[in-house]
Amino acid sequence: MNAQNGPLLSVRDLKTYFMMDEGVVKAVDGVSFDVHAGQIFGIVGESGCGKSVTVKSILRIVEAPGKIVHGQILLRRSRQDGTGGEEELDLAKLDARGQEIRSIRGAQIALIPQEPMASFSPVHTIGNQIVETIMLHQPIDRKAARNLACDMLKDVGVPMPERRLDEYSWQLSGGLRQRAIIAMALSCNPRLLIADEPTTAVDVTTQAQVLRLLRQLQRERNSAIIFITHDLGVIAQMADFVMVMYLGLVMEQGPVDDIFHAPKHPYTQALLRSIPSIRSQPRVSLPTISGSIPHPFNKPSGCPFHPRCIKRMPGRCDARTPALQAVGDKQLVSCFLYHDVEGSE
Amino acid sequence: MSSVFPASLSLWEIPRMLRFIITRLLLLPLLMLLFTVVVFALLQAPPGDFLTSYVAMLASSGSSMDAAQVEALRRQFGLDQPVHIRYLLWLGSIVRGDLGLSLEYQRPSSELIGERMLVTVLLALFAFALTWIVAIPAGIYSAMHKNTALDYLFAVLNYIGVATPNFMLALILMWVAFSNFGMMITGLFSPEYTQAPWSLGRFIDLLKHIWLPAIVLGVAGTARLTRIMRANLLDELNKPYVVTARAKGMPEWKLVIKYPVRLALSPIISTVGWYLPQLFSGSLIVATVMNLPNIGPLLLRSLIQQDMYLAGSILLIYCMLTIVGTLISDILLALFDPRIQMEGT
Amino acid sequence: MADEIQDADAPSSELSSKDEDRVSVASNWKLVWWRFRKNRLAVASAIVLLMFYAVVLVPDFFGNQDPEATDAFLAFIPVQRISFFDNTGFNPSVPDVVGTRNAVTLKMEWVPDETVRIPIALFVRGYKYKVLDLFETDIHLIDAKDPKSKGRPHFLGTDRLGRDQWSRMMFGTRTSMTVGLVAVALSMILGVLLGGISGYFGGWLDMVIQRVIELLQSLPTIPIWLMMTAALPQDWRPEQVFLAITIILAFIGWTTLAREIRGRFLSLREEDFILAAELAGCSHLRIILRHMVPAFTSHIIAASTLAIPVMIISETSLSFLGLGIRPPAISWGVLLQEAQNIQTVALAPWLMFPGLVVIIAVLAYNLVGDGLRDAADPYGH
Repeated sequence: MNAQNGPLLSVRDLKTYFMMDEGVVKAVDGVSFDVHAGQIFGIVGESGCGKSVTVKSILRIVEAPGKIVHGQILLRRSRQDGTGGEEELDLAKLDARGQEIRSIRGAQIALIPQEPMASFSPVHTIGNQIVETIMLHQPIDRKAARNLACDMLKDVGVPMPERRLDEYSWQLSGGLRQRAIIAMALSCNPRLLIADEPTTAVDVTTQAQVLRLLRQLQRERNSAIIFITHDLGVIAQMADFVMVMYLGLVMEQGPVDDIFHAPKHPYTQALLRSIPSIRSQPRVSLPTISGSIPHPFNKPSGCPFHPRCIKRMPGRCDARTPALQAVGDKQLVSCFLYHDVEGSE
Repeated sequence: MSSVFPASLSLWEIPRMLRFIITRLLLLPLLMLLFTVVVFALLQAPPGDFLTSYVAMLASSGSSMDAAQVEALRRQFGLDQPVHIRYLLWLGSIVRGDLGLSLEYQRPSSELIGERMLVTVLLALFAFALTWIVAIPAGIYSAMHKNTALDYLFAVLNYIGVATPNFMLALILMWVAFSNFGMMITGLFSPEYTQAPWSLGRFIDLLKHIWLPAIVLGVAGTARLTRIMRANLLDELNKPYVVTARAKGMPEWKLVIKYPVRLALSPIISTVGWYLPQLFSGSLIVATVMNLPNIGPLLLRSLIQQDMYLAGSILLIYCMLTIVGTLISDILLALFDPRIQMEGT
Repeated sequence: MADEIQDADAPSSELSSKDEDRVSVASNWKLVWWRFRKNRLAVASAIVLLMFYAVVLVPDFFGNQDPEATDAFLAFIPVQRISFFDNTGFNPSVPDVVGTRNAVTLKMEWVPDETVRIPIALFVRGYKYKVLDLFETDIHLIDAKDPKSKGRPHFLGTDRLGRDQWSRMMFGTRTSMTVGLVAVALSMILGVLLGGISGYFGGWLDMVIQRVIELLQSLPTIPIWLMMTAALPQDWRPEQVFLAITIILAFIGWTTLAREIRGRFLSLREEDFILAAELAGCSHLRIILRHMVPAFTSHIIAASTLAIPVMIISETSLSFLGLGIRPPAISWGVLLQEAQNIQTVALAPWLMFPGLVVIIAVLAYNLVGDGLRDAADPYGH
């Protein structure tokens, strides 16, 4: 991790709500974290915890009726007015359809989507779509863009890139598609990559290849990656820093070693316990977390995890929501077991 | 717009396309032969023949013909031969390009048809163009602004448009025009041009009158197409490739047209071929009500009067239009959607 | 060593288990009904359709005059507006009409005479009729209070033969709404049979049936109707013509349904649960009837409901051209025949009213059909 004078991206108390007919779904309810340049930041949690909505909020592509109702998303970049130095741009304040955010999408922050097959248009060639990305953000002509696209495909390890550019996504194998979509995301050399569950839709062998590729590219280009997954094993392999989310709130945050070897939050502990291990005792039930994720309209009062928590304290955990507080050098946890600070509503 | 319709045939696909077209073209004569049998059978189905209805018509107006005269006419028209002989004779003349003589008008069928062909085709094309020019943008707008006031308005108009038989619409419009503006909107030409030979003046006169019948003909089709376009586009708008395009930084309108609209249009393109024969036959009733000089009333009368050669010729032309129309649809679809070419293997 | 996770007595904050049970044991039909009920427009349209079918059952009750009684003297009486109040309070009545003979055309021209009023009421005694051939009664929904009064209320005017349009409308409704139903029922039988065979067995049988369907669909529909109806002898009774028309309409309409059903069969055949049934040793018939058909019955019903309005418009168009239901039988198309040219329409615009009724019926059917289709599709929006 590079020492920088400040984080590349700083999310502060982000709240994204969905105003539906039946009620308000608080998909992200007060999330804060920092991503530094060159860092791999992992976001882990069960389905429905708000990981996708968080990153979509960063890119400002949350679908209606979702809206960012509170918080800041500060991106550090060089000053646009040519005076040198850097500024912080609050992405949350930009017009979601405006020119400013569009110039950032794809160029400064790029998304590696979850399903490569469905993320390419089936009626346009791969080349067409990659070249389009390049030409959106760089003032070069089509021929030069095509060469660039070809180089990108080479970099991600696609054989015969010239030919692949004129093929359609459904003509490629799963692994090649994955590489192609990564190539498209990297084509404008973004400083921050958002990888939304890039290994969920692929088999284990391809998963290993993709992870290796991402690490290599990250090292070469020094881009930061926000890596979303529900697979703790992948997080352990890839991430430098981990954030555990549940029901739209951050349960715990910290360097990967701290989270895995000294988890503080009961949820993190339960998650780690539930990983099947080759070293566990035979004929012993796999520990699970009792209960299930509540319906989004029926969020529990107080700490969102308390109904399923074995260490809950009645009277406290069900009444007030804990805030994210430091419990060590770089580790943060939101649990009344460690502090008594309440979060803002 | 080159991004919307990329040249999607690479060298190794052209032979397959050609093979596809040639196979279909080769089947054409076989199908037409089949159609001649069916058409002939249908024409023979009503009891009696042209002469029986002619005699009946004479009787109702007070004159008559004696049996010998009727027999002589019957022999002259070839109506006394057994069925299969008549069929073969007819088939023979069709193959030679001779569409026979209209028994009622005593003129070659080809002449009668030819006179009205231009008007018929123009009317059909106008209605077709109107339908597509209105329906596609309306469908796109409705899908993009789902559940807004204008969307509901379009929905109401669409439902009513589909529910209204086109001759009702014609009647209502004619009545409104007559009672409120004293206009008689019948026919396609002003009195001075009705029987005149073709000239630029006549053509311009036609254009002035054609818009109302075209609207009447096109309303139901427009309504249906708008609803289909809206439904298809709504299906596509939530798909991952749209999210990816947005995350790349594309402007909203541009990405909507390039990606989901293109895919929503795909299944619709395959129905293009059905439009032309439909407009042909759909105009029959409207033409009768609005007194339009197109093929419709001619066909109707010839069927009722059992004017065999005229009716048969028109029906055969119609069948051929249908087959050609389907072929055109299939070719268009294959060009438009590269996935079809793969499925064909 | 695994820690024991005690089952915490967590207050359940999800859907109460009672509700969950209700949803999980509800049969498919119940679910479809619940989803349909949420679509208020479809429910309203269904109510409208039920009202139409009430008329179909007892048209005499809703009409108030003999639909075939002609009186050239009473031709082209305009619609008489009902006024509900007069100086004595709530007293619904219709103005009588006074006629003057046009010196040029020698035809009667009628205008409402506001001074003479015919009081009307609900559930009045009028002419006798039989309900469904079961019992006799003489009560009509709405008619003049005094059955012997000279002036008659014509709620929708009269046509060129002096026939009361309101009563004719009721009888026309009976014919038109029935033709659609019967024709679609016949189509459904043909469609399920042939589409099912095609889709289930596949192979050359499928090929043959598909080509036949394509052939039939390529033929122009209007000329086919014309030919087949022109082939009907002129001397057939109206009921026979009616039956023949419905058969002809069904004959043309089955192809669309057959294609849909074939498509369903084809996709269902690949499902694992069908494979499981085959492996368990079920016969073809059992698989079809017990496993496949229930899966798509709701879709077929939705498709059929959407086919009915097409039939209604077809019948109306045919009869309008004089080639379908023939007078003295009455259908909406036959009624609209009177409004065939602009001259008549200009003179008596109320003759177009059956067209409005067609639009409403078709609209209602389309809305109900769409509602059923959305409710039947578990993966719908």
